[in-house]
Amino acid sequence: MTVNLPLPLLQARGVAVRKGGRDILQAIDFAISPGEIVTIVGPNGSGKTTFLRALIGALKPSSGRVIRRPKLRIGYMPQRLAIDRNMPLTVDRFLSLGDAKGATSRQQALETAGIPQLAGNQMTGLSGGELQRALLARAILREPDLLVLDEPTQGLDQPGEAAFYRLIADLREQTGMAVLMVSHDLHVVMSASDRVICLNGHICCEGAPTQVSAAPEYRALFGHGTDGALALYRHEHDHSHDECGHDHAHPHHHDTGATP
Amino acid sequence: MTFLDDFLVRAALAGVGVVLIAGPLGCFVVWRRMAYFGEATAHASLLGVTLALALEVAIWPAVVAVAALMAVTVALLSARGHAADTILGVLAHGALAAGLVAIGFVSGVRVDLTGYLFGDIFAVSQADLAVIWGGATLGVSALAFVWRSLVNSTINEELAAAEGGNPERDRLVLTLALAVLIAVAIKVVGVLLITAMLIIPAASARIVARTPEGMALAAIGVGLVAVASGLWSSWEFDTPGGPSIALAATAVFALANVARLAFRRAA
Repeated sequence: MTVNLPLPLLQARGVAVRKGGRDILQAIDFAISPGEIVTIVGPNGSGKTTFLRALIGALKPSSGRVIRRPKLRIGYMPQRLAIDRNMPLTVDRFLSLGDAKGATSRQQALETAGIPQLAGNQMTGLSGGELQRALLARAILREPDLLVLDEPTQGLDQPGEAAFYRLIADLREQTGMAVLMVSHDLHVVMSASDRVICLNGHICCEGAPTQVSAAPEYRALFGHGTDGALALYRHEHDHSHDECGHDHAHPHHHDTGATP
Repeated sequence: MTFLDDFLVRAALAGVGVVLIAGPLGCFVVWRRMAYFGEATAHASLLGVTLALALEVAIWPAVVAVAALMAVTVALLSARGHAADTILGVLAHGALAAGLVAIGFVSGVRVDLTGYLFGDIFAVSQADLAVIWGGATLGVSALAFVWRSLVNSTINEELAAAEGGNPERDRLVLTLALAVLIAVAIKVVGVLLITAMLIIPAASARIVARTPEGMALAAIGVGLVAVASGLWSSWEFDTPGGPSIALAATAVFALANVARLAFRRAA
Protein backbone atom coordinates (compact mmCIF):
# COMPACT_ATOMS: atom_id res chain seq x y z
CA MET A 1 0.00 0.00 0.00
CA THR A 2 1.44 3.39 -0.91
CA VAL A 3 0.57 6.36 1.21
CA ASN A 4 0.56 9.91 0.01
CA LEU A 5 1.96 11.98 2.80
CA PRO A 6 0.14 15.29 3.26
CA LEU A 7 1.95 18.12 4.97
CA PRO A 8 1.58 17.51 8.72
CA LEU A 9 -0.59 20.00 10.62
CA LEU A 10 1.70 20.01 13.56
CA GLN A 11 5.15 18.56 14.21
CA ALA A 12 7.38 18.25 17.22
CA ARG A 13 11.09 17.77 16.62
CA GLY A 14 13.25 16.69 19.50
CA VAL A 15 11.00 18.45 21.99
CA ALA A 16 12.26 18.30 25.57
CA VAL A 17 10.90 20.01 28.65
CA ARG A 18 12.82 20.39 31.91
CA LYS A 19 11.21 21.77 35.02
CA GLY A 20 12.94 22.27 38.34
CA GLY A 21 15.93 20.18 37.23
CA ARG A 22 13.70 17.27 36.27
CA ASP A 23 13.23 15.96 32.74
CA ILE A 24 9.50 15.95 32.06
CA LEU A 25 9.81 15.20 28.37
CA GLN A 26 12.79 13.94 26.41
CA ALA A 27 13.47 14.10 22.68
CA ILE A 28 9.93 13.75 21.40
CA ASP A 29 9.38 13.50 17.66
CA PHE A 30 5.79 13.69 16.62
CA ALA A 31 3.58 14.64 13.71
CA ILE A 32 -0.14 14.64 13.05
CA SER A 33 -1.68 14.74 9.58
CA PRO A 34 -4.99 16.19 8.43
CA GLY A 35 -7.97 14.03 9.34
CA GLU A 36 -6.03 11.74 11.66
CA ILE A 37 -7.20 10.79 15.16
CA VAL A 38 -4.24 10.28 17.47
CA THR A 39 -4.49 9.37 21.12
CA ILE A 40 -1.73 9.84 23.65
CA VAL A 41 -1.87 7.44 26.56
CA GLY A 42 0.38 7.29 29.56
CA PRO A 43 0.26 6.94 33.33
CA ASN A 44 -0.17 9.92 35.65
CA GLY A 45 2.88 12.17 35.61
CA SER A 46 4.06 10.84 32.25
CA GLY A 47 4.09 14.33 30.72
CA LYS A 48 0.94 14.01 28.61
CA THR A 49 -0.49 17.38 29.53
CA THR A 50 2.94 19.02 29.36
CA PHE A 51 3.36 17.66 25.85
CA LEU A 52 -0.04 19.02 24.80
CA ARG A 53 0.82 22.40 26.29
CA ALA A 54 4.04 22.50 24.28
CA LEU A 55 2.16 21.55 21.11
CA ILE A 56 -0.51 24.24 21.47
CA GLY A 57 2.05 26.91 22.27
CA ALA A 58 1.22 27.43 25.95
CA LEU A 59 4.68 26.25 26.99
CA LYS A 60 8.05 26.87 25.41
CA PRO A 61 10.08 23.65 25.12
CA SER A 62 13.52 23.68 26.78
CA SER A 63 14.92 22.33 23.53
CA GLY A 64 13.61 21.18 20.19
CA ARG A 65 10.81 22.90 18.37
CA VAL A 66 7.18 22.73 17.42
CA ILE A 67 6.29 23.47 13.81
CA ARG A 68 2.77 24.42 12.85
CA ARG A 69 1.41 24.47 9.37
CA PRO A 70 0.86 28.14 8.48
CA LYS A 71 -2.57 29.45 9.50
CA LEU A 72 -3.30 26.31 11.46
CA ARG A 73 -6.54 26.68 13.42
CA ILE A 74 -6.55 24.80 16.70
CA GLY A 75 -9.63 24.07 18.77
CA TYR A 76 -8.63 23.18 22.31
CA MET A 77 -10.53 21.57 25.15
CA PRO A 78 -8.66 21.95 28.42
CA GLN A 79 -8.87 19.24 31.05
CA ARG A 80 -10.50 21.57 33.55
CA LEU A 81 -11.95 25.02 33.41
CA ALA A 82 -11.88 26.74 36.76
CA ILE A 83 -13.70 30.01 36.14
CA ASP A 84 -13.78 32.20 39.22
CA ARG A 85 -17.31 32.36 40.62
CA ASN A 86 -17.02 36.12 40.52
CA MET A 87 -16.85 36.16 36.73
CA PRO A 88 -20.30 36.42 35.18
CA LEU A 89 -20.17 34.60 31.85
CA THR A 90 -23.00 33.18 29.79
CA VAL A 91 -22.34 30.15 27.62
CA ASP A 92 -23.10 32.30 24.58
CA ARG A 93 -20.55 34.96 25.53
CA PHE A 94 -18.02 32.21 26.27
CA LEU A 95 -18.43 31.01 22.68
CA SER A 96 -18.22 34.48 21.15
CA LEU A 97 -15.00 35.13 23.09
CA GLY A 98 -13.48 32.21 21.19
CA ASP A 99 -14.65 33.16 17.74
CA ALA A 100 -16.44 36.23 16.43
CA LYS A 101 -18.89 34.26 14.26
CA GLY A 102 -22.58 35.19 14.33
CA ALA A 103 -25.26 34.08 16.76
CA THR A 104 -26.59 31.44 14.33
CA SER A 105 -23.22 29.70 14.16
CA ARG A 106 -22.94 29.77 17.93
CA GLN A 107 -26.37 28.20 18.35
CA GLN A 108 -25.44 25.58 15.78
CA ALA A 109 -22.23 24.74 17.65
CA LEU A 110 -24.25 24.34 20.85
CA GLU A 111 -26.66 22.04 19.04
CA THR A 112 -23.83 19.91 17.67
CA ALA A 113 -22.38 19.65 21.15
CA GLY A 114 -25.78 18.64 22.47
CA ILE A 115 -26.61 21.61 24.70
CA PRO A 116 -28.80 23.86 22.49
CA GLN A 117 -30.86 25.08 25.45
CA LEU A 118 -27.95 26.40 27.53
CA ALA A 119 -26.90 29.52 25.58
CA GLY A 120 -28.16 31.90 28.24
CA ASN A 121 -26.91 29.91 31.24
CA GLN A 122 -24.00 30.97 33.40
CA MET A 123 -20.80 28.96 32.88
CA THR A 124 -20.24 28.62 36.63
CA GLY A 125 -23.64 26.94 37.02
CA LEU A 126 -23.04 24.12 34.52
CA SER A 127 -22.62 20.49 35.54
CA GLY A 128 -19.40 18.68 34.65
CA GLY A 129 -20.86 17.11 31.54
CA GLU A 130 -22.47 20.36 30.37
CA LEU A 131 -19.20 22.21 30.85
CA GLN A 132 -17.38 19.65 28.69
CA ARG A 133 -19.95 20.19 25.98
CA ALA A 134 -19.67 23.97 26.23
CA LEU A 135 -15.90 23.63 25.81
CA LEU A 136 -16.44 21.35 22.82
CA ALA A 137 -18.91 23.84 21.31
CA ARG A 138 -16.34 26.62 21.59
CA ALA A 139 -13.66 24.42 20.03
CA ILE A 140 -15.77 23.38 17.03
CA LEU A 141 -17.15 26.88 16.50
CA ARG A 142 -13.65 27.82 15.38
CA GLU A 143 -13.90 25.22 12.58
CA PRO A 144 -10.47 23.94 13.57
CA ASP A 145 -8.04 21.98 11.41
CA LEU A 146 -6.96 20.26 14.59
CA LEU A 147 -9.03 19.54 17.67
CA VAL A 148 -6.95 19.01 20.81
CA LEU A 149 -8.62 17.34 23.80
CA ASP A 150 -6.99 16.87 27.19
CA GLU A 151 -8.71 13.99 29.03
CA PRO A 152 -12.05 15.12 27.62
CA THR A 153 -14.27 12.64 29.43
CA GLN A 154 -13.14 13.21 32.99
CA GLY A 155 -16.22 13.30 35.15
CA LEU A 156 -18.46 11.55 32.63
CA ASP A 157 -20.01 8.17 33.31
CA GLN A 158 -19.29 5.29 30.94
CA PRO A 159 -22.25 5.72 28.57
CA GLY A 160 -21.47 9.47 28.50
CA GLU A 161 -17.87 8.66 27.68
CA ALA A 162 -18.80 6.34 24.83
CA ALA A 163 -21.27 8.89 23.45
CA PHE A 164 -18.62 11.60 23.60
CA TYR A 165 -16.10 9.60 21.57
CA ARG A 166 -18.79 8.70 19.05
CA LEU A 167 -19.54 12.41 18.67
CA ILE A 168 -15.85 13.16 18.11
CA ALA A 169 -15.60 10.42 15.49
CA ASP A 170 -18.73 11.74 13.74
CA LEU A 171 -17.36 15.28 13.73
CA ARG A 172 -14.13 14.06 12.18
CA GLU A 173 -16.15 12.32 9.46
CA GLN A 174 -18.15 15.47 8.73
CA THR A 175 -15.41 18.08 8.87
CA GLY A 176 -12.22 16.20 8.11
CA MET A 177 -10.49 17.80 11.08
CA ALA A 178 -7.67 15.99 12.83
CA VAL A 179 -8.07 15.07 16.48
CA LEU A 180 -5.34 14.79 19.08
CA MET A 181 -6.41 13.62 22.49
CA VAL A 182 -4.94 12.55 25.76
CA SER A 183 -6.32 9.69 27.78
CA HIS A 184 -5.14 7.62 30.70
CA ASP A 185 -7.30 4.75 29.60
CA LEU A 186 -6.54 3.14 26.25
CA HIS A 187 -9.40 0.74 25.91
CA VAL A 188 -12.15 3.37 25.87
CA VAL A 189 -10.53 5.32 23.02
CA MET A 190 -9.24 2.37 21.00
CA SER A 191 -12.08 2.11 18.54
CA ALA A 192 -11.99 5.85 17.85
CA SER A 193 -8.22 6.19 17.29
CA ASP A 194 -6.19 5.73 14.14
CA ARG A 195 -2.95 5.80 16.04
CA VAL A 196 -1.92 5.58 19.66
CA ILE A 197 1.19 6.99 21.25
CA CYS A 198 2.28 5.62 24.58
CA LEU A 199 4.11 8.30 26.52
CA ASN A 200 6.19 8.08 29.66
CA GLY A 201 8.57 11.03 29.52
CA HIS A 202 9.54 9.74 26.10
CA ILE A 203 7.60 7.85 23.45
CA CYS A 204 7.68 4.22 24.58
CA CYS A 205 5.81 2.84 21.63
CA GLU A 206 3.32 3.92 19.05
CA GLY A 207 1.19 2.47 16.31
CA ALA A 208 -2.29 1.21 15.68
CA PRO A 209 -4.33 0.77 18.89
CA THR A 210 -4.08 -3.01 18.88
CA GLN A 211 -0.33 -2.94 18.32
CA VAL A 212 0.20 -0.62 21.24
CA SER A 213 -2.03 -2.59 23.56
CA ALA A 214 -0.02 -5.71 22.77
CA ALA A 215 3.37 -4.01 23.08
CA PRO A 216 5.52 -5.08 26.04
CA GLU A 217 6.31 -1.41 26.79
CA TYR A 218 2.63 -0.62 27.13
CA ARG A 219 2.00 -3.66 29.29
CA ALA A 220 4.93 -2.80 31.51
CA LEU A 221 3.34 0.58 32.17
CA PHE A 222 -0.28 -0.42 32.48
CA GLY A 223 -0.21 -4.04 33.52
CA HIS A 224 -2.87 -6.35 32.24
CA GLY A 225 -5.85 -4.84 33.99
CA THR A 226 -7.71 -4.04 30.79
CA ASP A 227 -7.20 -7.45 29.21
CA GLY A 228 -10.88 -8.29 29.24
CA ALA A 229 -11.92 -5.25 27.29
CA LEU A 230 -8.96 -5.57 24.93
CA ALA A 231 -9.69 -9.22 24.28
CA LEU A 232 -13.24 -8.35 23.43
CA TYR A 233 -12.07 -5.59 21.15
CA ARG A 234 -9.54 -7.81 19.39
CA HIS A 235 -12.08 -10.49 18.86
CA GLU A 236 -14.15 -8.07 16.84
CA HIS A 237 -11.67 -5.86 15.10
CA ASP A 238 -8.14 -7.09 15.23
CA HIS A 239 -6.46 -7.87 11.94
CA SER A 240 -2.87 -7.45 12.94
CA HIS A 241 -0.80 -9.09 15.62
CA ASP A 242 2.37 -7.12 14.97
CA GLU A 243 4.45 -6.33 17.97
CA CYS A 244 4.95 -2.70 18.73
CA GLY A 245 8.42 -3.20 20.13
CA HIS A 246 10.18 -3.07 16.78
CA ASP A 247 9.70 -0.33 14.23
CA HIS A 248 6.08 0.58 13.75
CA ALA A 249 3.98 0.34 10.70
CA HIS A 250 2.58 3.84 10.48
CA PRO A 251 3.99 6.20 7.89
CA HIS A 252 4.43 9.53 9.68
CA HIS A 253 7.24 8.49 11.87
CA HIS A 254 9.44 7.75 8.89
CA ASP A 255 8.71 11.07 7.32
CA THR A 256 12.20 12.41 7.89
CA GLY A 257 12.64 13.85 4.40
CA ALA A 258 9.70 16.24 4.64
CA THR A 259 10.29 19.95 4.89
CA PRO A 260 8.27 22.02 7.31
CA MET B 1 -11.87 76.77 32.37
CA THR B 2 -13.37 78.77 35.20
CA PHE B 3 -15.46 75.95 36.51
CA LEU B 4 -12.23 74.04 37.18
CA ASP B 5 -11.49 76.76 39.74
CA ASP B 6 -14.07 75.19 42.00
CA PHE B 7 -12.32 72.63 44.21
CA LEU B 8 -15.50 70.58 44.46
CA VAL B 9 -15.70 70.27 40.68
CA ARG B 10 -12.04 69.26 40.55
CA ALA B 11 -12.66 66.68 43.28
CA ALA B 12 -15.61 65.21 41.39
CA LEU B 13 -13.69 65.04 38.10
CA ALA B 14 -10.74 63.41 39.86
CA GLY B 15 -13.04 60.81 41.39
CA VAL B 16 -14.68 60.09 38.03
CA GLY B 17 -11.27 59.68 36.36
CA VAL B 18 -10.15 57.13 38.97
CA VAL B 19 -13.43 55.23 38.80
CA LEU B 20 -13.29 54.90 35.00
CA ILE B 21 -10.08 52.88 35.17
CA ALA B 22 -10.60 51.26 38.58
CA GLY B 23 -13.95 49.72 37.50
CA PRO B 24 -12.75 47.46 34.67
CA LEU B 25 -9.33 46.90 36.25
CA GLY B 26 -10.97 45.90 39.52
CA CYS B 27 -12.96 43.21 37.69
CA PHE B 28 -9.74 41.53 36.61
CA VAL B 29 -8.34 41.87 40.13
CA VAL B 30 -11.41 40.02 41.42
CA TRP B 31 -11.51 37.39 38.66
CA ARG B 32 -7.80 36.63 38.96
CA ARG B 33 -7.78 36.86 42.76
CA MET B 34 -5.16 39.56 42.72
CA ALA B 35 -6.41 41.56 45.71
CA TYR B 36 -3.24 41.01 47.69
CA PHE B 37 -1.20 41.70 44.58
CA GLY B 38 -2.90 45.09 44.23
CA GLU B 39 -2.33 45.77 47.90
CA ALA B 40 1.40 45.02 47.69
CA THR B 41 1.76 47.24 44.65
CA ALA B 42 -0.22 50.07 46.21
CA HIS B 43 1.76 49.94 49.44
CA ALA B 44 5.03 50.01 47.53
CA SER B 45 3.96 53.26 45.93
CA LEU B 46 4.63 55.02 49.23
CA LEU B 47 8.31 54.32 48.57
CA GLY B 48 7.81 56.00 45.20
CA VAL B 49 6.42 59.06 46.97
CA THR B 50 9.43 59.16 49.29
CA LEU B 51 11.78 58.82 46.35
CA ALA B 52 10.06 61.69 44.53
CA LEU B 53 10.21 63.92 47.61
CA ALA B 54 13.88 63.14 48.20
CA LEU B 55 14.79 63.80 44.56
CA GLU B 56 12.40 66.75 44.35
CA VAL B 57 10.69 65.46 41.24
CA ALA B 58 7.01 65.01 40.38
CA ILE B 59 5.25 62.34 42.42
CA TRP B 60 3.45 60.37 39.73
CA PRO B 61 6.36 59.19 37.53
CA ALA B 62 8.19 57.91 40.62
CA VAL B 63 5.04 56.15 41.81
CA VAL B 64 4.44 54.53 38.42
CA ALA B 65 8.05 53.36 38.31
CA VAL B 66 8.12 51.90 41.82
CA ALA B 67 4.66 50.37 41.54
CA ALA B 68 5.55 48.77 38.19
CA LEU B 69 8.81 47.45 39.65
CA MET B 70 6.97 45.96 42.60
CA ALA B 71 4.24 44.47 40.42
CA VAL B 72 6.74 42.85 38.05
CA THR B 73 8.78 41.50 40.98
CA VAL B 74 5.71 39.95 42.55
CA ALA B 75 4.59 38.53 39.21
CA LEU B 76 8.00 36.92 38.66
CA LEU B 77 8.14 35.51 42.19
CA SER B 78 4.70 33.95 41.95
CA ALA B 79 5.48 32.57 38.49
CA ARG B 80 8.40 30.71 40.07
CA GLY B 81 5.98 29.02 42.39
CA HIS B 82 6.66 30.77 45.68
CA ALA B 83 3.71 30.48 48.05
CA ALA B 84 1.84 33.42 46.57
CA ASP B 85 -0.32 34.38 49.50
CA THR B 86 2.46 34.47 52.05
CA ILE B 87 5.02 36.16 49.86
CA LEU B 88 2.47 38.83 48.89
CA GLY B 89 1.62 39.44 52.53
CA VAL B 90 5.29 39.88 53.38
CA LEU B 91 5.85 42.22 50.44
CA ALA B 92 2.69 44.25 51.01
CA HIS B 93 3.37 45.02 54.63
CA GLY B 94 7.14 45.17 54.26
CA ALA B 95 6.73 47.77 51.54
CA LEU B 96 4.30 49.81 53.63
CA ALA B 97 6.60 49.76 56.66
CA ALA B 98 9.59 50.65 54.51
CA GLY B 99 7.68 53.53 52.99
CA LEU B 100 6.61 54.87 56.38
CA VAL B 101 10.16 54.68 57.74
CA ALA B 102 11.75 56.12 54.62
CA ILE B 103 9.40 59.08 54.46
CA GLY B 104 10.62 60.05 57.94
CA PHE B 105 14.12 60.46 56.55
CA VAL B 106 13.13 63.00 53.94
CA SER B 107 14.48 66.16 55.47
CA GLY B 108 13.39 69.70 54.87
CA VAL B 109 9.90 68.75 53.76
CA ARG B 110 6.91 68.77 56.00
CA VAL B 111 5.24 65.72 54.68
CA ASP B 112 1.51 65.37 54.90
CA LEU B 113 1.58 61.62 55.51
CA THR B 114 -2.17 61.40 56.01
CA GLY B 115 -2.66 62.87 52.55
CA TYR B 116 -0.68 60.06 50.97
CA LEU B 117 -2.19 57.31 53.08
CA PHE B 118 -5.83 58.36 52.71
CA GLY B 119 -5.76 60.78 49.80
CA ASP B 120 -6.69 64.44 49.71
CA ILE B 121 -9.32 64.70 47.02
CA PHE B 122 -10.26 68.29 47.85
CA ALA B 123 -6.69 69.42 47.24
CA VAL B 124 -6.57 68.11 43.65
CA SER B 125 -5.03 70.77 41.41
CA GLN B 126 -5.57 71.28 37.69
CA ALA B 127 -2.18 69.69 37.07
CA ASP B 128 -3.27 66.67 39.16
CA LEU B 129 -6.43 66.46 37.06
CA ALA B 130 -4.35 66.34 33.90
CA VAL B 131 -2.32 63.44 35.32
CA ILE B 132 -5.43 61.61 36.53
CA TRP B 133 -7.32 61.90 33.24
CA GLY B 134 -4.20 61.23 31.19
CA GLY B 135 -3.51 58.07 33.18
CA ALA B 136 -7.15 56.98 33.15
CA THR B 137 -7.37 57.44 29.36
CA LEU B 138 -4.15 55.50 28.84
CA GLY B 139 -5.21 52.69 31.17
CA VAL B 140 -8.73 52.35 29.78
CA SER B 141 -7.46 52.38 26.18
CA ALA B 142 -4.88 49.70 26.96
CA LEU B 143 -7.51 47.48 28.60
CA ALA B 144 -9.97 48.04 25.75
CA PHE B 145 -7.28 47.18 23.21
CA VAL B 146 -6.48 43.76 24.73
CA TRP B 147 -9.93 43.16 26.24
CA ARG B 148 -10.99 39.96 24.48
CA SER B 149 -7.57 38.40 24.77
CA LEU B 150 -7.28 39.42 28.43
CA VAL B 151 -10.68 37.95 29.30
CA ASN B 152 -9.70 34.74 27.50
CA SER B 153 -6.41 34.41 29.38
CA THR B 154 -8.29 35.10 32.60
CA ILE B 155 -10.67 32.23 31.82
CA ASN B 156 -7.89 29.79 30.93
CA GLU B 157 -4.35 30.54 29.79
CA GLU B 158 -3.90 27.30 27.80
CA LEU B 159 -7.15 27.89 25.95
CA ALA B 160 -6.10 31.45 25.14
CA ALA B 161 -2.68 30.33 23.91
CA ALA B 162 -4.11 27.53 21.77
CA GLU B 163 -6.43 30.01 20.08
CA GLY B 164 -3.52 32.27 19.19
CA GLY B 165 -3.60 34.60 22.20
CA ASN B 166 -0.65 35.80 24.24
CA PRO B 167 -1.31 35.37 27.97
CA GLU B 168 2.09 36.75 28.97
CA ARG B 169 1.51 40.00 27.12
CA ASP B 170 -1.96 40.25 28.64
CA ARG B 171 -0.55 39.80 32.13
CA LEU B 172 2.02 42.52 31.48
CA VAL B 173 -0.64 44.97 30.24
CA LEU B 174 -2.71 44.25 33.35
CA THR B 175 0.29 44.75 35.64
CA LEU B 176 1.26 48.05 34.04
CA ALA B 177 -2.34 49.29 34.04
CA LEU B 178 -2.41 48.57 37.76
CA ALA B 179 0.75 50.63 38.28
CA VAL B 180 -0.80 53.52 36.34
CA LEU B 181 -4.02 53.30 38.36
CA ILE B 182 -2.07 53.51 41.60
CA ALA B 183 -0.28 56.65 40.49
CA VAL B 184 -3.61 58.13 39.44
CA ALA B 185 -5.52 57.16 42.58
CA ILE B 186 -2.97 58.05 45.25
CA LYS B 187 -4.13 61.67 45.43
CA VAL B 188 -7.79 60.69 45.46
CA VAL B 189 -8.13 57.80 47.92
CA GLY B 190 -4.55 57.31 49.15
CA VAL B 191 -2.26 54.29 49.35
CA LEU B 192 -4.36 52.40 51.87
CA LEU B 193 -7.70 52.56 50.08
CA ILE B 194 -6.70 52.00 46.45
CA THR B 195 -7.52 48.30 46.71
CA ALA B 196 -10.93 49.24 48.07
CA MET B 197 -11.70 51.17 44.89
CA LEU B 198 -10.65 48.15 42.84
CA ILE B 199 -12.53 45.46 44.70
CA ILE B 200 -15.68 46.95 46.16
CA PRO B 201 -17.26 48.35 42.96
CA ALA B 202 -16.39 45.14 41.08
CA ALA B 203 -17.83 42.95 43.85
CA SER B 204 -21.04 45.01 43.84
CA ALA B 205 -21.28 44.86 40.05
CA ARG B 206 -21.01 41.07 40.15
CA ILE B 207 -24.46 40.89 41.68
CA VAL B 208 -26.24 42.33 38.64
CA ALA B 209 -23.94 41.44 35.74
CA ARG B 210 -24.36 38.52 33.33
CA THR B 211 -21.25 39.03 31.19
CA PRO B 212 -17.68 40.27 31.85
CA GLU B 213 -18.37 43.47 29.90
CA GLY B 214 -21.57 44.08 31.84
CA MET B 215 -19.66 43.69 35.09
CA ALA B 216 -16.98 46.19 34.03
CA LEU B 217 -19.58 48.81 33.09
CA ALA B 218 -21.59 48.19 36.25
CA ALA B 219 -18.40 48.55 38.32
CA ILE B 220 -17.87 51.99 36.78
CA GLY B 221 -21.49 52.81 37.60
CA VAL B 222 -21.10 51.75 41.23
CA GLY B 223 -17.88 53.78 41.42
CA LEU B 224 -19.65 56.88 40.11
CA VAL B 225 -22.41 56.51 42.69
CA ALA B 226 -19.75 56.06 45.39
CA VAL B 227 -17.86 59.19 44.30
CA ALA B 228 -21.04 61.30 44.19
CA SER B 229 -22.39 60.16 47.54
CA GLY B 230 -18.96 60.08 49.17
CA LEU B 231 -18.22 63.67 48.17
CA TRP B 232 -21.69 64.75 49.25
CA SER B 233 -21.34 63.21 52.70
CA SER B 234 -17.85 64.58 53.00
CA TRP B 235 -19.23 68.05 52.25
CA GLU B 236 -22.25 67.66 54.46
CA PHE B 237 -20.64 66.01 57.51
CA ASP B 238 -17.06 67.18 57.06
CA THR B 239 -15.73 63.61 56.79
CA PRO B 240 -12.46 62.79 54.96
CA GLY B 241 -13.01 62.48 51.20
CA GLY B 242 -11.23 59.25 50.22
CA PRO B 243 -12.55 57.14 53.11
CA SER B 244 -16.05 58.54 52.54
CA ILE B 245 -15.97 57.38 48.91
CA ALA B 246 -14.74 53.91 49.92
CA LEU B 247 -17.42 53.73 52.60
CA ALA B 248 -20.11 54.78 50.14
CA ALA B 249 -18.96 51.99 47.79
CA THR B 250 -19.23 49.54 50.68
CA ALA B 251 -22.75 50.78 51.38
CA VAL B 252 -23.69 50.15 47.74
CA PHE B 253 -22.25 46.64 48.04
CA ALA B 254 -24.27 45.95 51.18
CA LEU B 255 -27.49 47.37 49.70
CA ALA B 256 -27.05 45.38 46.49
CA ASN B 257 -26.66 42.19 48.49
CA VAL B 258 -29.68 42.92 50.65
CA ALA B 259 -31.72 43.70 47.54
CA ARG B 260 -30.61 40.45 45.92
CA LEU B 261 -31.61 38.43 48.96
CA ALA B 262 -34.98 40.16 49.15
CA PHE B 263 -35.52 39.62 45.43
CA ARG B 264 -34.62 35.96 45.72
CA ARG B 265 -37.03 35.48 48.58
CA ALA B 266 -39.81 37.23 46.67
CA ALA B 267 -39.19 35.20 43.52
